[in-house]
Amino acid sequence: MSDSLTRGLEAMRAQMDPGVMSYLSSCVRCGICAEACLFYTETGDARYTPIHKVEPLRKLWKREYTFWGKLAAGMGLGEKLAEADLADWEELVYDGCSMCGRCSMVCPVGIDIANLIRKVKVGLAAAGFSPPDLVEAGKRAFESGSPMNVSVKTLEATIRVQEKETGIEVPLDVEGADYLCLLSSGEIAGFPEFIGSLSKIFKACGVSWTLSSDYFEATNTGVQLGDMKLAATIIERVIAAAEKLKVKTVISPECGHAYTTIRWDAPNIIGRPLPFRVVHIIELLDELRRDGCLKTEGITEERLSYHDPCNAGRRGGVLEQPRKLLDMVAPNFVELPESAEMNWCCGGGGGVSSNERANELRLQVFSAKKRQLDAARPEGLVTACSNCRHMLEDGLEDNDMHDIELIGITELIAEHLVADTKQAG
Amino acid sequence: MFTQLVDGIFWDIALWVFAIGVLWRILSIFRVRGKPDLSEPRGSALAGAIGANLSRFLPRPEIGYRTRLHVIAGYLFHIGLFFLLFFAAPHVLFIEAETGLGWTPMPYWAFIISAQLAFIGLMLLWIHRVMHPVTRLISSADDHIAAILTFIVMLTGCMALIETFEGLRVLHRFTVELLMVYFPFSRLMHAFMFIPSRAYTGAWFGRRGVKA
Repeated sequence: MSDSLTRGLEAMRAQMDPGVMSYLSSCVRCGICAEACLFYTETGDARYTPIHKVEPLRKLWKREYTFWGKLAAGMGLGEKLAEADLADWEELVYDGCSMCGRCSMVCPVGIDIANLIRKVKVGLAAAGFSPPDLVEAGKRAFESGSPMNVSVKTLEATIRVQEKETGIEVPLDVEGADYLCLLSSGEIAGFPEFIGSLSKIFKACGVSWTLSSDYFEATNTGVQLGDMKLAATIIERVIAAAEKLKVKTVISPECGHAYTTIRWDAPNIIGRPLPFRVVHIIELLDELRRDGCLKTEGITEERLSYHDPCNAGRRGGVLEQPRKLLDMVAPNFVELPESAEMNWCCGGGGGVSSNERANELRLQVFSAKKRQLDAARPEGLVTACSNCRHMLEDGLEDNDMHDIELIGITELIAEHLVADTKQAG
Repeated sequence: MFTQLVDGIFWDIALWVFAIGVLWRILSIFRVRGKPDLSEPRGSALAGAIGANLSRFLPRPEIGYRTRLHVIAGYLFHIGLFFLLFFAAPHVLFIEAETGLGWTPMPYWAFIISAQLAFIGLMLLWIHRVMHPVTRLISSADDHIAAILTFIVMLTGCMALIETFEGLRVLHRFTVELLMVYFPFSRLMHAFMFIPSRAYTGAWFGRRGVKA
């Protein structure tokens, strides 16, 4: 057995817990999960059936954890998990699954299939079977702190531009601030106005906040890869930055994956509770709305819809808050069919967006989102994830749907802030 | 001789294999130590676990149309089988004789309807399994053996209604014994394992404030 396979098997064995074993013991191979997966519904290729993506883990479980498997193995018979299996499944798992978790919502026996697929990723990553682009992004994240090599200097330059545009100072490295806001590299590079919007809203609401030059990255490429060592390193960097600035709460920016990772997964990855509270920016904005300090004026007449980022919504629980915020400014809001916890993914989650090899497939499966948009016919599509926004931009462009405007929800709220609080005095 | 074996030692063996096998499968899962979730919960894991155990009896409307054949066949089979197993007059009498616990059996016409529903459901599910590219890809020998064994048990059960012919009752009981021995080592275990499976997922989502 090669070292690579040994590492992969060890990593998968370490993932076996009563939950995983209950899941694997209860599956009746009904295939209903396929009908919830955009990679199957949009391609018709049975290989993309979610439970089929779990096959390496199932094979290992069957051989080492079941009566017949152990008996067969003892007699030198039965199916062995081979290196070729891992190689075969790499593309299926990394390119053909955005970890959206829609499959987990429909399984009649209740299997959290997305969770199992993530465990397969851990095994594949340990065995060295991961897409080269994602591996490179992981290296950059480890070495420079950003999967896109966005440096502190770039962040500072972006901050200067935003300060000039809004006339509001963006706090950097303010010790004792209540909130530390993380940013994703994609946001800094693609949607820097998010920073300006934050500063406008926080100034209006009197929120004490800061960014950190020690560590600002919200994206956890380790989780996307299945490399839990890298994932833990990135989480520890966030903790160190938050502890240095003595903040009480860390804000996850408009990024679904970043939110789920730092809010829900991080304590379990590092094996201890986090020393701070974590909120998604949308949760915080909704808290400010509830407290009465977030006040908006005017409305947008456009017919707006909301794209729920899978990880913030379905797998993170931020479902009601964006709708309450949109209620403030968008009276012509229209729900997409199959929204909220059953929303269709943009196609680029789970690291698919960083994996150039998957581009063609990602654009092909965007047809699920297109169908939703064709049915609801919104003029603008609001979302709360910069990665989704990039993917939606790509998909709309690819489908010549130029008439739909994409909007970040924080920016939308900032645009409607009560006039005297929009600009610094 | 064969009748004595089926009513005697074979039944005892089947019962023990079934009981110990099922217990062993369940215990072998729960003796593995799980890690507690260290994240700060937003909602109740217990409410989520209970909620998912109930809500997953119904299909999500969003995929209802795409899975209509599967869902309808699944309901037909499971509801039909449930009534056959627990309310067919010979089964009620048998359970009463073995345990002392008895209840009102369903009338003959209800037995016929239940059997028809179960047969139609099982056959539709199996045809779907062999015809549909997804289920064809993910099915293994276990799935086919379980379906065929269940079919044979149901068929011999209907044949055993001709009570004047003792051999048919013995044949039915023998196929039940085969199924009982096969049960713990197969995917038929989902009859028990769906409960913890739904509970784990429901609890996971429940902590996050999502209804699953």
